Amino acid sequence: MKMRRHDLPQLLVINPPGLFDYGDPFAAKFTVLRAWESPLPLPRFLSAHAQSAPALLCSAATRVTAGLLDLLPSLRIIVTTSAGLNHIDVPECRRRGIAVANAGEVFSDDVADAAVGLALDVLRRVSAADRFVRRGLWAKDGDFALGSKQLVGKRVGIVGLGSIGLQVAKRLEAFGCPVSYNSRTKKPSVSYTFYANVYELAANSDILIICCALTEQTRHMIGKSVLLALGKDGIIINVGRGAIIDEKELVQSLVWGEIRGSGLDVFENEPNVPEELLSLDNVVLSPHVAAFTEESFQDLTELMIANLEAFFSNKPLITPVMDKQ
Amino acid sequence: MASHPQKDGAPPPFGRRPPRPPCVLLLRHPLQFSLFNRPLPDNFHFLKPWESPLPLDDFLSSDNACSAEAILTSGKVPVTADMLRRLPEVRLVVTTSAGLNHIDLAECRRRGIAIANAGGAYSEDVADLAVGLLIDVLRKVSASDRYVRRGLWSSEGEFALGSKLGGKRVGIVGLGSIGLKVAKRLEAFGCAISYQSRKKKPHASYAFYSNVYELAANCDALVICCCLNEQTHHMINREVLLALGKDGVIVNIGRGSIIDEKEMVQLLVQGELGGAGLDVFENEPKVPEELLALDNVVLSPHTAAFTPESFSDLCDLVIGNLEAFFSNKPLLSPVLDE
Repeated sequence: MKMRRHDLPQLLVINPPGLFDYGDPFAAKFTVLRAWESPLPLPRFLSAHAQSAPALLCSAATRVTAGLLDLLPSLRIIVTTSAGLNHIDVPECRRRGIAVANAGEVFSDDVADAAVGLALDVLRRVSAADRFVRRGLWAKDGDFALGSKQLVGKRVGIVGLGSIGLQVAKRLEAFGCPVSYNSRTKKPSVSYTFYANVYELAANSDILIICCALTEQTRHMIGKSVLLALGKDGIIINVGRGAIIDEKELVQSLVWGEIRGSGLDVFENEPNVPEELLSLDNVVLSPHVAAFTEESFQDLTELMIANLEAFFSNKPLITPVMDKQ
Repeated sequence: MASHPQKDGAPPPFGRRPPRPPCVLLLRHPLQFSLFNRPLPDNFHFLKPWESPLPLDDFLSSDNACSAEAILTSGKVPVTADMLRRLPEVRLVVTTSAGLNHIDLAECRRRGIAIANAGGAYSEDVADLAVGLLIDVLRKVSASDRYVRRGLWSSEGEFALGSKLGGKRVGIVGLGSIGLKVAKRLEAFGCAISYQSRKKKPHASYAFYSNVYELAANCDALVICCCLNEQTHHMINREVLLALGKDGVIVNIGRGSIIDEKEMVQLLVQGELGGAGLDVFENEPKVPEELLALDNVVLSPHTAAFTPESFSDLCDLVIGNLEAFFSNKPLLSPVLDE
């Protein structure tokens, strides 16, 4: 049954689309309110156009605060295109009976692939070698031999053994790496070694991979002492959130050679990257694209629509963060 | 090398003389030893032609070289039939490479000369780099690193979408030691593996294609893991690359000449081939200039085997092979006729 235009539920989008385009698939099923296209300041726009909007589609760039929720009296559901939730005041949503759905595990494989790609790049200096060749520096054999490290047998420490962390573990096992992890709670169904705190994990790892969510507990969890425990042969990969690592301490560790290298997809203040990193050969820098593939964005579109359709048909959400009240 | 004199000046009894260290012709100081300051074993006498003022040909004909019983070479210095004919005492060729395309195998076979190579010493590291190059091309790792370093993330915004690894059909050309390890790693990423090899491997569960064109036509990416010989020279030609297609990716960690490099470069420039991750080239260290300007290629200076750990293993292996051979024990990593 094709719904008439004005019967399509309203879907508010506040931030402009980036590579993820709120395009045709959404317009076919929803009346999309494009706040960013309006010359009005946001509160005025919402007051004029979004008072009866039941749904919000947001990326990690949209801060969903109590203040914003005050401006949306009819809001019943938020679907966010990220797996992370640190941009949404989830307890406040719960208090107001607003359901929240996120990207679930749609990105887990791609983020895991990116984490492993970064680890390989840092250890085997893939991007550094590519720069070397492009600059015309390859004049004879062995010019670039020093500085690499073998991956086989390196001890991998995964911080946060959720959906992404498990996929990272599975991949690195295939390379012959022993895997351990730190998580809020020990996972009884996995055979990897558990460390109760991240310091112990770092002290027993050669490659530390940050796969956890950003919460009050994990903010700056990776600081100077953890980095020193990781040590001068250790590398750290971050595909979580920048603020999980104390970025200033990380930069210092890299500059001073206190750790061997780093692969970073996320930063404390994106898109700003600490200038010192831009000239280091032992870091690989990635502009928060660990989840960015054509395929996962296609899957994400389908998932977001499926969640919204489920909600509007009073069916259970596909990837709920908590149940609708 | 002087025999140990008796106190009365008479020569020592037969059998008490220390054996002469075997004479090994060293065509080039092996990188694996020199890069990490590992000394050559002192229980062999190494002939070093580069220390002689004579050109190599003359050196080989000199009395010095004639006594060589073994040759130690790297992948870059050929062991030709002509060289072997000048060295009648040679019974063993040891190469620090896995590849054998620089050795005249027919002449060695004819002379009954044993050959030892790097065996599986590099397989894991080479497989790791092959996977690293594939991830880099599909997920644009190096390209996005350039983007950040140039400040474009701040000025231009979001980078670009890459291509997912999971579900990609990857065709492995040559399912030997390296190819098998590449397969095992890529399976963990959810890739569907098939392969082409001289013969079907009964113990491999992957789909087999008898020719490389069919493999390319049915894959999203090719990983070249085979050795270079007459049959594989330019085996990856224009037709194969076109079959791989404009979204197809090729990774080469074998030898540059397995691919028709000129054709590949043209197709990349024209957008008829999706991308390439290359550790080897037809005329190293020369890299075709057109590639230097492309964002969808990743270039590596033939370092797939170059880690300190594998170099150390390789040094042990070379020494182990020499010692085994000259103690009449089996070689550790013999190259056997197939």
